[in-house]
Amino acid sequence: MRTMDWLRDQNPTSRAQARAGQAYLNWLRLRRNPLAMAGLLITVILLLVALLAPWLAPHDPIAQDLSQRLLPPLSPGYPMGTDEFGRDILSRILFGSRITLYIVLLVVLTAPVAGLFIGTVAGYFGGWVDAVLMRITDIFLAFPKLILALALVAVLGPGMVNAVLAIALTSWPPYARVARAETLTVRNSDYIAAVKLQGAGGGRVIWGHIMPMCLPSVIIRVTLDMAGVILTAAGLGFLGLGVQPPLPEWGAMISSGRKYLFEQWWVATMPGLAIFIVSLGFNLLGDGLRDVLDPRSAGK
Amino acid sequence: MTSDRMTSTVRQIGGTALTLLVTFIGLLAVTFIISRVVPIDPVSSILGDRASAAQIAEARERLGLDQPMWQQFWIYVTQALQGDLGLSVRTREPVAAEIARYFPATLELATLATILGVVVGVPAGVLAATKPGSLYDQIVRLIGLMGYSMPVFWLGLIGLLVFYGQLGWVSGPGRLDASFQMMFEFEVTPLTGMILVDTALAGRWDMFANAFSHIILPASLLGYISMAYISRMTRSFMMNELGQEYITTARVKGMPERRVVWVHAMRNVMVPLITVVALSYASLLEGAVLTETIFAWPGLGSYITDALLVADMPAVLGGTVVVGAVFIGLNMLSDLLYRLVDPRAL
Amino acid sequence: MTLLSVRNLKVSFDTETGVVEAVRGVSFDLGRERLGIVGESGSGKTMTGRSVLRLIRPPGRIEADEMRFDGVDLMGASETQMRALRGRRIAMVMQDPKYSLNPVMKVGAQLMEGLRQRDGLTRAAAHIKAVEALEAVQIRDPERVMLAYPHELSGGMGQRVMIAMMLIPNPDLLIADEPTSALDVTVQAEVLAILDGLVRDRGMGLIFISHDLRLVARFCDRVLVMYRGKIVEELAARDLLHARHPYTQGLLNCLPRIGGPRQPLPGLDRSADWAV
Repeated sequence: MRTMDWLRDQNPTSRAQARAGQAYLNWLRLRRNPLAMAGLLITVILLLVALLAPWLAPHDPIAQDLSQRLLPPLSPGYPMGTDEFGRDILSRILFGSRITLYIVLLVVLTAPVAGLFIGTVAGYFGGWVDAVLMRITDIFLAFPKLILALALVAVLGPGMVNAVLAIALTSWPPYARVARAETLTVRNSDYIAAVKLQGAGGGRVIWGHIMPMCLPSVIIRVTLDMAGVILTAAGLGFLGLGVQPPLPEWGAMISSGRKYLFEQWWVATMPGLAIFIVSLGFNLLGDGLRDVLDPRSAGK
Repeated sequence: MTSDRMTSTVRQIGGTALTLLVTFIGLLAVTFIISRVVPIDPVSSILGDRASAAQIAEARERLGLDQPMWQQFWIYVTQALQGDLGLSVRTREPVAAEIARYFPATLELATLATILGVVVGVPAGVLAATKPGSLYDQIVRLIGLMGYSMPVFWLGLIGLLVFYGQLGWVSGPGRLDASFQMMFEFEVTPLTGMILVDTALAGRWDMFANAFSHIILPASLLGYISMAYISRMTRSFMMNELGQEYITTARVKGMPERRVVWVHAMRNVMVPLITVVALSYASLLEGAVLTETIFAWPGLGSYITDALLVADMPAVLGGTVVVGAVFIGLNMLSDLLYRLVDPRAL
Repeated sequence: MTLLSVRNLKVSFDTETGVVEAVRGVSFDLGRERLGIVGESGSGKTMTGRSVLRLIRPPGRIEADEMRFDGVDLMGASETQMRALRGRRIAMVMQDPKYSLNPVMKVGAQLMEGLRQRDGLTRAAAHIKAVEALEAVQIRDPERVMLAYPHELSGGMGQRVMIAMMLIPNPDLLIADEPTSALDVTVQAEVLAILDGLVRDRGMGLIFISHDLRLVARFCDRVLVMYRGKIVEELAARDLLHARHPYTQGLLNCLPRIGGPRQPLPGLDRSADWAV
């Protein structure tokens, strides 16, 4: 009970206490939203599954066993059935979570960073630097994302790394916009002037004092974008341009199940369900987080 | 005062048009760069491996590949602005002409989907905004987020499995049954290339019904995705407007809640909603890429993906440029409509 | 004769941090007179005004032992009954015409809306009445204003339109919520004079909500002073400058006076028993 009082204290005595109190309030708000909590649960489960896949999976996700091919769900030993090579679909989905998470992490570590860099540089220096960078951003925004990603993968050749690269190359512009907007609001503030007076150059100011200010809004955007990344990656996989077989990528699994759709529906249905549930989880969580963290909706 | 307003509007539209032209040239620059870094040599892909050195040199000259990069780009841009997107490697036909043949199918699908998305999504979003936090609001929110989370190609497969395979309510892949396809080609003038429109104009309701039974499933699925987006945006715009003071004014005047929401607030919601609908329309043109492959729909998406599989880069990039141009065009259109709806936009 | 009587009115909002009480037990009676409600921002004066029209939206809640308008029980009235009261019998002028007029509807349409929708007038009849209403608030070219959008009007013009719109059906009670605080000082006096004249001529009751003590003293018959959701003092307007309550005195003391001593103005004392 004492920690609760400490968190709820209206007059915090330290910055850490104020922050912890704010975080606690946000947590209370998030907890009132059952859909967001469901999203959090799904996300946690995804992380656990990806972490524990080798121990959770009943079979090898890649080893083929043609005597067991296309078994329906709930067959003994194969709760979700098997695919056309007799591989256990459940095991493939469990291992596939690692690939999905891996792609999401790689994109999340590249696109927002690039966007953050471009946006802060454009916003800080202004003038023609800003004009040129923002025009480039607009051009990329004008591109249909999936089709540009398709064209890029077509050029670079299919594969996981190229898929990640293509998705990252198409998803940085919104981050650049957000970061630029944030930069413009702090660029002329006194504390930036103080840093400059101490002799800091543009790089130091941007890196040490402007980027940290842009982080929160970029992070909100990232959570909301994760589901989109998953769907695009799955789409590339489905078209045979993403992660290559025999790796258990969910989109590619749907693609291979397509041939058996009307007779062995489960081959295509199960991995799709996995994609759906995981991206729904990210969307529910991101949606709830935005409600909590967006100051405009927090007041009312 | 009115003429001032006119000139200022004209100037602004001119400014927008210039921005769009620059964006379009930028788009071409990106596709140009992509096309030049392709590991596939355009000459050998046209002539084959056994061409003589003289043939290769001749072809390089014909394609302008012997000229400096910026000049090649200049040729590319002027040709593209004249509607010349090069020759397809696969068919040896002009890419632009092929796209003109494929595009109406995509347009038909995306238009019907957007209509469905607006007709369902706007009322759903409005009702959710009037009862925030209610069970109804939560359901709309969940359905919307589900639409955001659904891989569209998987949704297409499940749709086919259930409504075509199991229930038999709709027709399967393609735009028409094979028997109607022949009839259509011989008996109906393809004025628009959109089968629903062409058959209706020709008064061939039997064909119309068949085409409808083919399009309704992919259009509904894409419409669901669009509905998810539109209902969420409508809800948030409507929530914002309902918190405004002029809403209180309307209530003080004794206006019924129905009128407060659907007339006072809705007119204001329309302003940002136009952009959202245009965006969703544009993204449907893109979402069609995956849906079309599922439904064997002979549209732009199928064209691009088919070309991809045989590394027909002029076709892929031509398709990309066209979709990009449509994006840009829709942006400009929504900008113009915005000015019409919002008296404050000068 | 009592037009409005309010007993123990409470307005509260449920938030994450608990229940926030904006109005904590307010009681007053109103005849066909001008009642001023003064207080700082957040004192609950606006909420009190809006409660009378039952225009507090969820998560806000209104409770009262009694709230009666001309014999109608406002707490028990159905939404339809309330709608019949709003506009026709009780009207409200809000602070800033920039926000209180619908930005995408022409002024004329907004003026005629009540007449056409609520009173079922024809377009032509509504037009005539609307123009008359604009003339009554001393707008010189009403036909042009009818065709204008709100953003094309100045603040003073906008507020006159607002007053015209609210006074069209000749209500018995007008709630004016800071009707001049968003306007330029030079325009304030004009708008106030127009409002004053109309209220006087038509003999309606007025609740005038403001943070400006002097203005209220000049304009009203009686004044309620609110602090943190409670009425701390009620007195005749002419006695305001001799207020006894320390909070009212505090409010008066922090107004600058021409010719007064040049020293920092005193702050408000919020520590006494009445402040809890």
